[in-house]
Amino acid sequence: MSKTIMTVDDSASMRQMISFTLTQAGHKVIEACDGRDALTKLGGIVPDMLITDLNMPNMDGIELIRQARALPTLKYTPIIMLTTESQDEKKQAGRAAGATGWIVKPFKAEQLTGVVSKLLK
Amino acid sequence: MSIPNHSATFLQEAEELLQQIEAVTLDLESSPGDMEIVNRLFRAFHTIKGSGSMFGFDAVAAFTHHVETTLDLVREGRLGITPPLVTLILASRDHIHTLLESDPAGSPALSEVGDRIAAELGRLSGADVAPAHVASTALANQQAELATYTIFFRPDPTIFLGGLDPVCLLNDLRSLGECAIETHCDAVPPLEELQPDHCYFAWTVTLATAQPETAIRDVFIFAEDGAELKIERRASSASVRVLAPVSAEAVSGEPARLEAVKVPVAVAAQKAAAPAASVRVPSERLDRLVNLVGELVINQSRLNQAQALSGDPDLAAPVESMERLIAELRDSVLGIRMMPIGATFSRFQRLVRDLASELGKEIDLVTEGAETELDKTVLDQLGDPLVHLIRNSLDHGIEGPDDRLAKGKNRRGTLRLTAAHEGAHVVITIEDDGRGLDKAALRAKAEEKGLIAPDAQLTEQETFNLIFLPGFSTAKIVSNVSGRGVGMDVVKRTIEGLRGSIILSSPEGRGTVIRLTLPLTLAIIDGLLVEIEGDRFIVPMTAVTENVELSRTERFANNGRNAVDVRGSLVPYIPLRDLFEIRGNEPELEKIVIVAMEGERLGLVVDRVIGSHQTVIQSLGPFYRDNDLFSGTTIMGDGRVAMILNLAGILRYATAQPASRPINLTK
Repeated sequence: MSKTIMTVDDSASMRQMISFTLTQAGHKVIEACDGRDALTKLGGIVPDMLITDLNMPNMDGIELIRQARALPTLKYTPIIMLTTESQDEKKQAGRAAGATGWIVKPFKAEQLTGVVSKLLK
Repeated sequence: MSIPNHSATFLQEAEELLQQIEAVTLDLESSPGDMEIVNRLFRAFHTIKGSGSMFGFDAVAAFTHHVETTLDLVREGRLGITPPLVTLILASRDHIHTLLESDPAGSPALSEVGDRIAAELGRLSGADVAPAHVASTALANQQAELATYTIFFRPDPTIFLGGLDPVCLLNDLRSLGECAIETHCDAVPPLEELQPDHCYFAWTVTLATAQPETAIRDVFIFAEDGAELKIERRASSASVRVLAPVSAEAVSGEPARLEAVKVPVAVAAQKAAAPAASVRVPSERLDRLVNLVGELVINQSRLNQAQALSGDPDLAAPVESMERLIAELRDSVLGIRMMPIGATFSRFQRLVRDLASELGKEIDLVTEGAETELDKTVLDQLGDPLVHLIRNSLDHGIEGPDDRLAKGKNRRGTLRLTAAHEGAHVVITIEDDGRGLDKAALRAKAEEKGLIAPDAQLTEQETFNLIFLPGFSTAKIVSNVSGRGVGMDVVKRTIEGLRGSIILSSPEGRGTVIRLTLPLTLAIIDGLLVEIEGDRFIVPMTAVTENVELSRTERFANNGRNAVDVRGSLVPYIPLRDLFEIRGNEPELEKIVIVAMEGERLGLVVDRVIGSHQTVIQSLGPFYRDNDLFSGTTIMGDGRVAMILNLAGILRYATAQPASRPINLTK
């Protein structure tokens, strides 16, 4: 079934790639360029999943995860972090903030769709 | 599935990031303690690395890793910002730029450059530079025979709050092979104690799969924290039967609790740059819009004409209204293409820094008027001429620190770039406090090159203008930086191609001032429509100062010298009819349009001055573009074509023709 996934990343090329991959898999994708943009959009829509980068200007990924989790509409929504292999402490911080899982960059399209299907009901 | 070429977006994005990096790095040099800047720098490199590896630019990713590592040390306060580090960061930026323009896989020559920079970075940060590795997530892909596993899984009761649903995990297991699943409800508390969003279940799954054990473990990768997970391999078996419940070891009845995470009450105030609300539009769309507006303007003038002819009073008001609206639309659309010159100015910070260092001089760049806006097309074409002018200033104009001290000047030279609006123009000045222009030297050089006659009398302005003659260069040594003698005349032509002008001056030999005057827009100008023997021409209105009459008798009264008395002073004129070799006889009474050019006045003789005309500039097309006399054409309301005069070109041409050479009045 088609789900709505929000992807948050300050890199337009990343967003484009994730969006394309997930749209091919039959989902609807909403993009946001940073934490603030994401929270603004989350005020109006409820995605079935949130995928966010961690290093972003204006509000970094961890803070976004924290605030997103606090929203009643996103209490049980799967949240995925995009991390790099050198960012282990960030991963822990993300989990503590409420992230569900992570994908390590660089990743292939199949890894993305794999994690998405693993976590979407 | 064919994936569209995302690398195009990545490359564009990376270019922008590299530009940001350059600007930010230069900022960092002046405020080395500013952590916000360091963070921005780190993020930019980090994004390039991350996206680079995603789109196959492995060399870029591997190299950027080193810069990122170094910047990380700065962020942690373990490394300070020093000029050598800044230079290295800039060098890294340049290297990444080079890498992006070459084969994504990299090349040995480039790797060498990259390794050198990386080694320097390592030396600075005192760290050992381990060869960057691109993370490989190769899973052991052994195809095993079908094996049976018993999996016991009791998730952390708060698993739902982490966004996970155990059912998804169970489904995932099912995708690995045949499953028999048994649920354990022993931990479910009585209703009063039950928290609806907690998970009190546990499962035993018997799974027959050919996948390795790591694949099973991977299913639970996000659910491991706070969970109980046991995976046991049993003897191979071809089929799975429902087994008796495996007796679980005593499980503590108390669900594990996560330590409450303290959320900071106030998020530390961030000095975030307010993102400008803007929309990115491809240039072609803007150009099309400008074209459409241009057509609208042309048609509106036809409508005007038709209305005037018809004399219909009912049409007058709406036509006038349309004229106003279209004028507003025109200004608005042309305004969209306006961009502040500041971005161009900041490019020069880097240029001046590098150049000064290369020349062994100490030079400060001061800019003013960065917010002054120009048409984007003008701005794009302005870059190269400005670079050349700045190079000249730095190379020939400003002296070395010791020379300056000896002259009683400041050790550090100053280069000033200013931009400001003046009427319908933008004036850009490049001012230095260096040697200034040496009239004698210029003259001598010109004579030596045979560009002027030895006894030619020149005004100060004409002497300075010698610099613009092709083949002129006073540099005794053709330095690496400038002075090949092909520069200044190209600069002048480029500026004139933009319908601008360039004037040099050197007050008392105390440095040089270069003044560039450019029109605000290239697309639509106010023009003065004139006529010669039925042919129509446009004189750019910004140059026009006045019109006077010339009677036939007056013309020949001056002994054939083409000059006319205007309120007591003589103004030379060019008979365009003769210049353009238009057949026919001039009317009894002609008109002279007096224009101001490069500080001097000049008259253009025409049959009739028709009036002002909003001129939508159409380019001449490839066959006619190289002519010097006309800078473009426009289409009139009645569909006829009018040629737009290129005043500088006309003066040049006329000067070269002995018959029509405007007299030099300062003899």
